[in-house]
Amino acid sequence: MANPTAAQISREEFFYGHKACAGCGGSLAVRAALKVLGPQAVSVLPAGCMSAVGFNFPQLCFSNNSIISTFAGTASMLTGVEAGLRAKGYKDFTAVGFAGDGGTADIGIQALSGAIDRNDNIIYICYDNEAYMNTGIQKSGLTPFGARTTTTPAGANIHGNIRPKKNMFEIAAAHDIPYAATASIGYLPDFIRKVEKASQIKGTKYIHVIAPCPTGWGIAPDETVESAKEVVDCGLWYLAEYENGSYTLNRKPKQFTDVAAYLKKQGRFKHLDDADIETIIQSRDKKWQFIEKTFQLP
Amino acid sequence: MKPHIRTKTQFDFADIPEATAFEAGYLVSVNSGWRSIRPVIDPARCIGCEQCYLYCPDGVISVQEGKAVIDYDFCKGCGICAKICKAGAIGMEAERK
Repeated sequence: MANPTAAQISREEFFYGHKACAGCGGSLAVRAALKVLGPQAVSVLPAGCMSAVGFNFPQLCFSNNSIISTFAGTASMLTGVEAGLRAKGYKDFTAVGFAGDGGTADIGIQALSGAIDRNDNIIYICYDNEAYMNTGIQKSGLTPFGARTTTTPAGANIHGNIRPKKNMFEIAAAHDIPYAATASIGYLPDFIRKVEKASQIKGTKYIHVIAPCPTGWGIAPDETVESAKEVVDCGLWYLAEYENGSYTLNRKPKQFTDVAAYLKKQGRFKHLDDADIETIIQSRDKKWQFIEKTFQLP
Repeated sequence: MKPHIRTKTQFDFADIPEATAFEAGYLVSVNSGWRSIRPVIDPARCIGCEQCYLYCPDGVISVQEGKAVIDYDFCKGCGICAKICKAGAIGMEAERK
């Protein structure tokens, strides 16, 4: 039985033997993207889970050229890699960055903004596990409302993170970037299609992929793919693209699945009360009103 | 080239590169010791749909002659393959019985 998605990408493994936790969503995103881009990809990884699990000298788990950047400098190093290889006369390569949510939305946002401004020919992939997981689960700009982290603990008065998630996809799109997209490792064929599409476009490309972390989210290792699917199905995340100045929604759930059911499966949301969940549902509905008004619907 | 296990695992100070660069895909240790449960494929039920191959975070599953095969040296036993398998061909078994 042929699998059309598997047939589209390289059979080779480029990210193998890494020390990520069992069931790591981020490692699946990196693995899948490299299988699309192939051996000519040059990957740049800042401080974060994927560099920590991929480069433990002499255990080096990338078989394509890969380099660790400064935490803030993923995009600027991508700029340099692309310009350097081009100057050397190389033509067949893709400069791709894999940064976490903290490395993208907080620490690396300035370098990313600069790269988009210069329209450097790079792909920037943000694998979003919704907190600084590598250092032990601290809140980032992409931690959702209500999530418990070590820096936003859940107590009697304050129920975890009090701020909503930054909208990195629309922040990237607001630069009038050639291509931006959101994805989820729960919908891998969609993510793979977007990486493939990004590799064909000239200029800066930004892909934001939700990649659950079993350790930080408080879920079982075998639930990461399912959670990544559920977050889309319940409407708290959406699959979309930005191209030629307009937004397109790729998937519109006919009816949202239960938000409370999605939240209550995860240790980081266990403490939420009915009012908190109502707040989350209201912010979801507000977001979808905006999407239905502004995005081209499927 | 897939990253693979090398025989040289011990390094003297002199072997360590001066620049921060080293051979890509150089593996010296397996991950199998991480596992408490292991996926076991039932070839009779496996339909070779490659969903497990696609969704494995560690890339340890390949489909050979229409059936899924697991590289137990690098499988961490997360169980995503068993959940994603629509044919019910993957069961999780305890490492130590």
